[in-house]
Order: sequence, then structure tokens, then C-alpha cells
Amino acid sequence: MTDLDCQQFVEQVTAFLEGGLDPAEEQRFVDHLALCDGCDRYLDQVRQTVHALRELPAEALSPENRQALLNTFRAKH
Amino acid sequence: MEGIPPDDVLVARLRSGEESAFALVLDSWSGGMLRLARSFVSTEESAAEVVQETWLAVIEGIDRFEGRSSLKTWIYRILTNQAKRRGVREHKVVPLSSIQTGSSADDSGPTVDPARFRPPGDPYPGHWWEFPASWPTPEQGLLGGEARVLLSQALVELPERQRAVIVLRDVEGYSSDEVCDLLEISPGNQRVLLHRARAFLRGKLEEYYEEAKP
Ligand SMILES: [Zn+2]
Repeated sequence: MTDLDCQQFVEQVTAFLEGGLDPAEEQRFVDHLALCDGCDRYLDQVRQTVHALRELPAEALSPENRQALLNTFRAKH
Repeated sequence: MEGIPPDDVLVARLRSGEESAFALVLDSWSGGMLRLARSFVSTEESAAEVVQETWLAVIEGIDRFEGRSSLKTWIYRILTNQAKRRGVREHKVVPLSSIQTGSSADDSGPTVDPARFRPPGDPYPGHWWEFPASWPTPEQGLLGGEARVLLSQALVELPERQRAVIVLRDVEGYSSDEVCDLLEISPGNQRVLLHRARAFLRGKLEEYYEEAKP
């Protein structure tokens, strides 16, 4: 099996993170990772992006909408 | 989520009209619902209306909830159905051409600019010309307020299917099975959409850090 190049590596990042590569593909992916600082950094930046998304502040209902829903709920019971 | 009782307890409280239980789910879940609704409709106002309609349907329909999925999943399904219906209506009037920009437009093709890699015939074909530049470490404040705003805006630029998937997976923390279920897409499709969305957002952060460099 031929080695992975960087251009192929970046397209397999999500499959790798999802545990979706078969054992041979995963081996090639990890082998490339071990030797390539650029792809190591790329993968890390994808992880950081995912992490950053988790930290996004929650949006909230407007106080008016929230109160209207509470009123509706109360009125029904 | 902390503080939310198990479904059977929660549903019983909601059915008996316990307002504090309703306030709890309202405050815990509306944020995620707004983000998800925004994947299907064209404005924040519209998303807020979809969320409002969804909660009204929940108040009306809680007695019909059968517990075949979790309560939250059931509510999210109502939301996606309402949002899709409204989205279809809106798209007739408001073409979403403005969001179909750049490399994020399609669900195929490379996710990283091919010009970043050495061409065929080069001694190292397919390898980086230049490694991606390093980003500030978390201690230096990876996600300052500006980067956060940028990410929120970039989410809106994504094609809607990609946006729905990444919002559910990465912002809301749903599993891939749950997302496939909620959006009625195949696991393969889900992965492709997630992959493209993550690559696009990483690219946006890269641009941002590049410009922010001293
Ligand atoms: Zn590489």
C-alpha cells in the first residue's frame, strides 16, 4: 500500500476522528501523522476548532418570548 | 445536562403543569434550538419564531409524547419539521445564494485549497508547500471574543445541511447516530457534511489568526 500524502491526509481527518477508517487506513493515517509536522498541526487545528464550537455561548430566548411561553403553559393548566 | 431530571419524572411534571419544570427545559434547551432552527431559515427572527412555535406545539402535545425517543429528541424533531417547512417557504422568496460562497458551497471536491500542496511531478507531490501556521495556544486565548464572533458568523455562511450537522454534533454535542436520526440522513452523508463544515471553519480560524498576526 502506498503512503498517504498530505492532500489525502486532510480529507481523512474526520473519518479518523470518528473512528471510521479501517485498520489498514488508520495505520497509514497514523504513520503519516508520525512523520509530518504539517499534518499533525492540521489535525490539531481541526480538534481545536471542534473544541471552540463546544465553547460557543448559548443563545437565549428574548425575555418577551420566554414570558409568553410561560404564560401559555400556565394558562393551559 | 445538569439539573434536568430523567425523562419520566420530567414528563410527569410537565403534564401536571409544574411551571418550574417547564421553565427549566425552556432555559436549558432553547439556545440549542435557536441555533438549529437557524440552519433552516434565513433570519434570526424567523428562527426565534420557529422555536416559539415548537414550544407551543410541545405545550399542546406533551400528553401525546410516547417516550419512544428522549423528550429532547422528540422536541428537536418537532423543531426540525417546523423549521424545514418554513425554510421551504422562505427559500422561494429569499434565495440563499448569499451563503453559497467559496469552497463550502458543494458537498464534493477538496476541503483544503489544492494550491497549498505540491503538484504532481514535484519530488513530493501532494505534500504541503508550507505547513499551516501555528495558532495561539489556549493560554494565549485561542478563543477570544472576536474569534467567537467570527465562528458564529462562519456557521451562518455554511450551506444549511452542513450547518445543521455541525451545530448538532460539535456545538450541541449529539452523537452521530442521533444526528442521522434527527436529520434523516445516512451515516456516510453525515460524515461528509461534518467533514466539510469542520474544514471550512478551521479555514476561517486560520484566516483570522493569519490576519491577527503582529
Ligand atoms: Zn502531511
